[in-house]
Amino acid sequence: MSPDQFIDWVSLISLALLTLALLLTLARIIIGPTLSDRVLALDLLTLVAMGFIGAIAVRTGLALYLDIAIALALLGFLATIALARYILLRAQSGGDM
Amino acid sequence: MLANLAVYAGGIMLLLGAIFTLIATIGVVRLPDLYTRMHAASKAGAVGGGLILVAVALVEQDSSVSVRALIGIIFLLLTTPLSAHLLARASHLAGYRPDKRTVIDDINKNAEQNSAQK
Repeated sequence: MSPDQFIDWVSLISLALLTLALLLTLARIIIGPTLSDRVLALDLLTLVAMGFIGAIAVRTGLALYLDIAIALALLGFLATIALARYILLRAQSGGDM
Repeated sequence: MLANLAVYAGGIMLLLGAIFTLIATIGVVRLPDLYTRMHAASKAGAVGGGLILVAVALVEQDSSVSVRALIGIIFLLLTTPLSAHLLARASHLAGYRPDKRTVIDDINKNAEQNSAQK
């Protein structure tokens, strides 16, 4: 098998596995049951999306996608920090669980 | 020849990264409570994302791409444990209890000690 064919097949299989991972993470976001679970699943969702972008970068050979992946990781980190702070503030102000 | 070998290695890394990410999501769906799910998501998720970045660097074989992939991996290794810790701490202080099967709860013990000292 030539390298091009190999990369073609491997990236296709990886994209299929990542699609399954994306759907499972979506299931956890929908069924909850608490706010923290949903925040955690969203954090994992940005990681899975980063993996998607990496697999597409390998498949198409466009390295520019790597910058998008790094920006997405930064965005996911900041969103998780903001939501953790929101959970803490909501508990301190005596909101419902 | 060596370039071909790097491409094959990159393909295998890509596959491994996708498998690790899938394992992380299976853990998030199947584990019993928030803190064990966090363990699956932060560890296996970071390894999966990092392996996929390594795969991009190996397949492209360009120094600028490799440097950016390395920066991405370092960033992931720095931020993933940090965000998991922040979320776990905030959730515990907000009153989300661990599963019944969890036997050690260090934050709770420390909170009792702190209140006893006051």
